[in-house]
Amino acid sequence: MHEYSVIQAVLARVETEARAHNAHGVRAIAVSVGALSGVDPGLLETAYGLCRGEGLCADATLEICFIPALWQCRECHTAVAPSGTLRCQSCATPAQLVSGDELLLERIDMEVR
Amino acid sequence: MCGTCGCGDPHIIAVPVRDKILAENDRTAQHNRAHFTEQGVHVVNMMGSPGSGKTALLESTARALGQRRRLGALAGDLATDYDARRLETAGVTARSISTGSICHLDAAMVHDALHAWPWHDLDHLFIENVGNLVCPAVYDLGQAHSVVVLSVTEGPEKPLKYPVVFRTADVVVLTKIDLLPHLRGLTIEQFEDSIGEVMPAPIIMPVSTTQGDGLELWVRWLDRQLMHSYAALLDASTSQTL
Repeated sequence: MHEYSVIQAVLARVETEARAHNAHGVRAIAVSVGALSGVDPGLLETAYGLCRGEGLCADATLEICFIPALWQCRECHTAVAPSGTLRCQSCATPAQLVSGDELLLERIDMEVR
Repeated sequence: MCGTCGCGDPHIIAVPVRDKILAENDRTAQHNRAHFTEQGVHVVNMMGSPGSGKTALLESTARALGQRRRLGALAGDLATDYDARRLETAGVTARSISTGSICHLDAAMVHDALHAWPWHDLDHLFIENVGNLVCPAVYDLGQAHSVVVLSVTEGPEKPLKYPVVFRTADVVVLTKIDLLPHLRGLTIEQFEDSIGEVMPAPIIMPVSTTQGDGLELWVRWLDRQLMHSYAALLDASTSQTL
């Protein structure tokens, strides 16, 4: 379950950013997880609960924005359904992924008082 | 202002980051890639289930290419150096990466494994990832190409169940095709259909490592990629000279 490694990377970045902003606590961490990112939002939440610790992130919520997979034709840009063969219905050109592979740390809400 | 509820508390600031969560791994992977490109080593990340035939494919590759190419492998497993020893016996310069309880290789593990190991003189370096169709897909290692090894005994529905690893792959090597007559009603077309639902422009190579069927296509593909690596190296050195 690589979600533990992923959440460790999130927590390390949050710590760096919090230090840079002289924050003494974190209220929220916002991430985006694409349907084809290879990360399961539920498992990421579980991993966060186990890894957040008693420090900076003890009271921080993890906001996960799920991004569905969107495919389109490489040539004519017609939308291609994510189920079925990944080729354009009208011209048979292979599809390209427009969104859905994101794995991003979007925002951190910090307490700076 | 607080980005969670918009409460206006001046002591809460919303800091936008908008960066990849695995940015650190990606930086190390780019560092690895730069090393490989500078040395003209063609690197393949080999992924697949445990028992799909990754090591057997590399043994066959060594039999087919060993006389004219220098082959190396980093074999990732939770425990034992069994695969690395098998590959050494087959004539491949091999080293194992024991991950302990970690279900995938990451770029730093690959970078560490390159130290004090003669990878510079290789033509092809195969990174045999931990047997797993899920986690390895998430981590860039610095490879030029990703290959999924899928055996016919796993069934044609596997690409649909594990789409991420297939989507990120350049090639699918379909192994153990000599067993197809023993698998009721299964055909290569069924695998091609399901792979086509998760890869837009799939390259599929059906092989049997025990019979030798299809290996020529795989070897030719490797040869072609090596030529591309040399061309990239030549381009880089020419532009430096100019």
